[in-house]
Amino acid sequence: MSATIDAMTISAPARVTLDGVWKAHGGSEGLVALQDVSLSVEPGEFLCVVGASGCGKTTLLNLMAGLDRPSRGEVDVAAPDGAPTTTAMLFQDSGLFPWLTVAANVELPMRLRGIGASERRARATELLERVHLGGFGAKRPHELSGGMRQRAALARALAQDAGLLLMDEPFGALDAITRDLLHDELESLWLDRGFTVVFVTHNVREAARLGDRIVLLTSRPGQVAATFPVELGRPRRMDSPEIADIAATVTDQLRQEVGRHGR
Amino acid sequence: MAGNRVSVIDSDVRSAAPLPSTPSLDEAFAGLNALEQFEDAGRPRFARRAWRATWPKLLALALILLVWQAAVWIHWKPYILQSPATVARQLWELVGTALFWQACWVTAQQVVIGYVLVLVIGAVVGTAVAQIPVLRAAVGALITGMQTMPSVLWYPLAIMFFGVSSKAIIMMMILGAAPAVANGFISGIDQVPPSLLRVGRVLGARGLSLERHVVLPAAFPSVLGGMKQGWAFAWHALMAGEFLILVNPLSLGGRTVNAVTQGEWAVVVAMMIIIVAIGVAVDMAYSTVDRSVRRRYGLIDSSKI
Repeated sequence: MSATIDAMTISAPARVTLDGVWKAHGGSEGLVALQDVSLSVEPGEFLCVVGASGCGKTTLLNLMAGLDRPSRGEVDVAAPDGAPTTTAMLFQDSGLFPWLTVAANVELPMRLRGIGASERRARATELLERVHLGGFGAKRPHELSGGMRQRAALARALAQDAGLLLMDEPFGALDAITRDLLHDELESLWLDRGFTVVFVTHNVREAARLGDRIVLLTSRPGQVAATFPVELGRPRRMDSPEIADIAATVTDQLRQEVGRHGR
Repeated sequence: MAGNRVSVIDSDVRSAAPLPSTPSLDEAFAGLNALEQFEDAGRPRFARRAWRATWPKLLALALILLVWQAAVWIHWKPYILQSPATVARQLWELVGTALFWQACWVTAQQVVIGYVLVLVIGAVVGTAVAQIPVLRAAVGALITGMQTMPSVLWYPLAIMFFGVSSKAIIMMMILGAAPAVANGFISGIDQVPPSLLRVGRVLGARGLSLERHVVLPAAFPSVLGGMKQGWAFAWHALMAGEFLILVNPLSLGGRTVNAVTQGEWAVVVAMMIIIVAIGVAVDMAYSTVDRSVRRRYGLIDSSKI
C-alpha cells in the first residue's frame, strides 16, 4: 500500500526562506505582528514554531502559504532545484467541507488540478487507508470525531502532493491519546514521503516530540528569540526523559519572554 | 504554578522503563475508530416519519372544516356560504372536467417559465451583488426594499410595458420574487466562513473554481431558503397576475374570476382550495429538500428528523 503512495508524483521538498520579514496588520501604522523575522527551513526538515499568544504564528504560516504578503522583506518557498512546488496546510479545525463526503474532500485538490475521476478515486481510497480511515470515505465530516476529521484533513493535504506542509496547531483540540497517535502517524508519513514541515504549536512538548528544530517566537511583535536543535532519533515518544529535558529548556526561555511583557 | 506540575510528570517518566518503539499503529487506530464511532440508531422508518409530519396537518384541516360547517349550521350568510359537502362535490366534479386540467396546464406553463426566470435572475443578481462591493453599495438596500413590496403593486407597470399578455404576468413574477432569491444568495455568500475560503485557496481553488467548489456550496443552505421564499412570492405574483390580467380565461386564476362573475360560489371556493393546495405542496417539497440538505451538512441533529 505505502509503496504505491511512494511511487506517486510528489513535488520536491521545499526550502523556505524568510529574509527580514515584517508584517503589520492594518497598514504601516497598524499592529506589528512580525518584526524582522529571518528564518530558513531546509528541504525535508521538520521545523516547529512555538510562542505565546500574539506571537504572529498564524501570520507566519499565512505568509509561507502565500495567502498574505509581507509588509517588508522576502518570503521564498521553492524546491532547491527551482522545480515548482506546492504548499498544503492543516488547520486546528479540520476545514473539511461539510457538503462533501470524506472521500470527496480528499479528492477535491486532485480535482482542482484536473486529475481524472478514476485515478482520483483510487488515490483517495489509498490515502484514507494510509491515515487509517479506510471504509470511512462515504461518511460526512460531521459524522466523524475530531481526531478522525484531522486524519481526513491530513489525507486531503497529502492529496496535494505538496513539497511543504504547514500545520497551524492541528492537534490542539484533541485528547491526549488521540494526539499521541496522530504524532506517530504524522511522523511516519513524514519519514515516508520526506516533505518539509512547518508546525506551529503552543505546546512545547509537542514541538520537542516532532521537530528537528524548534524556533521560539517572542510576542508583540513576533521575533525569533531562539532556536533549539532536537537531536534525537526517531520514532520518539512524547513521554521520554530526553523530550522532557528539551521541553524544560524551551519552556524556561518561553517564560522569560512572556515575563518581559509584564514588566 | 504550572512548573510544579511539569516536574512531577517528569519524575514519573524518568522512573519508567525505557520504552519500545511505537506499538502497532494500525491496531491502535482501529480501536480508536471503533470507539469514536457513535452508534447510529438510524432514522425512524419512512412511514413513521410521514405519519408524524401528517397528523398535525390533518387535525388542523379537521378543525377548519368544523368551523366552516359550524358557520353553515348557524346560517351565517346563508345565500353565499356553501357547506363543505357542497364544495367537496363541486371540487370532485371540477376535477373530472377536461377544462380544469387545461387550466392547470396553462398555469403550469406560466409558473415554470416564470419561476425559472426568477431563479436565474435572482442567482445572477444575488451573486454579483454579494461579490462586487460597488454593486452592493448601489443596489443592496434596494433589493431588500423590493422584497417587501406586494407584487400587486407591479401590476400597473407590467400592464404599461407589456399590455394584456402573459409577458406582463411574468414581469410581475420576476419583480415580485427575484429579490427574495437574490437575497438568499447574498446572505448565503456573506455567511461563508472566511476559514473555509482560506482552506479553498490553500487547496488550489481560485476565482471561478473557488466560487464553484467553495462559495456556492457553502452558501447553499441559505440559497435554498431564498429559493423557497422566492417560490411563495412567485406563486403570489402569478395568481395576482392571473386575476388582474385576464390574458387567458382558461388559467386557474382566469377560471376563478369567471366563476366569481357568474356567481358560482362553490366553484370559487373549490378553485381557491386547489390554488392553496398547489402552493402548499411545492412549499412542503422544498422543506423536505431543505431538511435533507441540512442533515447532510451536519447543520441539524439527525436524530430529530
